[in-house]
Amino acid sequence: MDVLNSIKFTMPSLSVNESAARAVVSSFLIQCDPTVEELSDIRTAVSEAVTNAVVHAYRGTVGMIELTVRLLKDREIYIRVKDKGCGIPDVKAAMVPLYTTAPEEERSGLGFSVMDSFMDRLSVRSVPGKGTTVIMRKRLTPHGN
Amino acid sequence: MKVDIKNDNGRAVAMISGEIDHHNARSARTELDHYIVTAQPRELAIDLGGITFMDSSGIGLIMGRSKLMKECGGRLEVRNAQPYIKRVLKLAGIERIVKIT
Repeated sequence: MDVLNSIKFTMPSLSVNESAARAVVSSFLIQCDPTVEELSDIRTAVSEAVTNAVVHAYRGTVGMIELTVRLLKDREIYIRVKDKGCGIPDVKAAMVPLYTTAPEEERSGLGFSVMDSFMDRLSVRSVPGKGTTVIMRKRLTPHGN
Repeated sequence: MKVDIKNDNGRAVAMISGEIDHHNARSARTELDHYIVTAQPRELAIDLGGITFMDSSGIGLIMGRSKLMKECGGRLEVRNAQPYIKRVLKLAGIERIVKIT
């Protein structure tokens, strides 16, 4: 992986940090001069990934969430959201649109669908009892286009 | 996030401004539910014109309020969503449940 620049942000799994994560990503991406739509897409995908960790990873307790943003060659953005929480027993089922284990919080079950739709690539690795890592990539349009 | 509700003879408009995420959606939910249950409007329009960010938490907020409005004998619609927010709404197929104008 050809990394031109990167940033790592670690936060407690408090819902108030969902906007902080978006702000960190937005600030980092200024150097790439993304379009308004590209920035919206990435901010939304990050918000979904971090919210998933806040709601599901530590279930009633607070743990740490690690957000890594990398600028790769050819204007590709790499984002990793990692927790050391309870993990997802069935990742395939969790990625089905409208699947939710938190209906009482009015979670729509569309988090992974949004990530998948707004980014170019999405991968989810999870080990029950050890945690979950979400990796997303998106290539920005070349400068001048 | 701010919720400003105006009622005109049973037709209500809730202007929501700021960012809708999982954290902020809770207070909007409480405020809107209190209004729906106490004022019992026939029609409630959620105006998203002042929204600067919305993720899928907004879908849960809208679907939940639509359900509550139906239970109270009313109808919900969503107004003034920017194109980017419409993309999020479309992913959920929300236009099949709620009128989007």
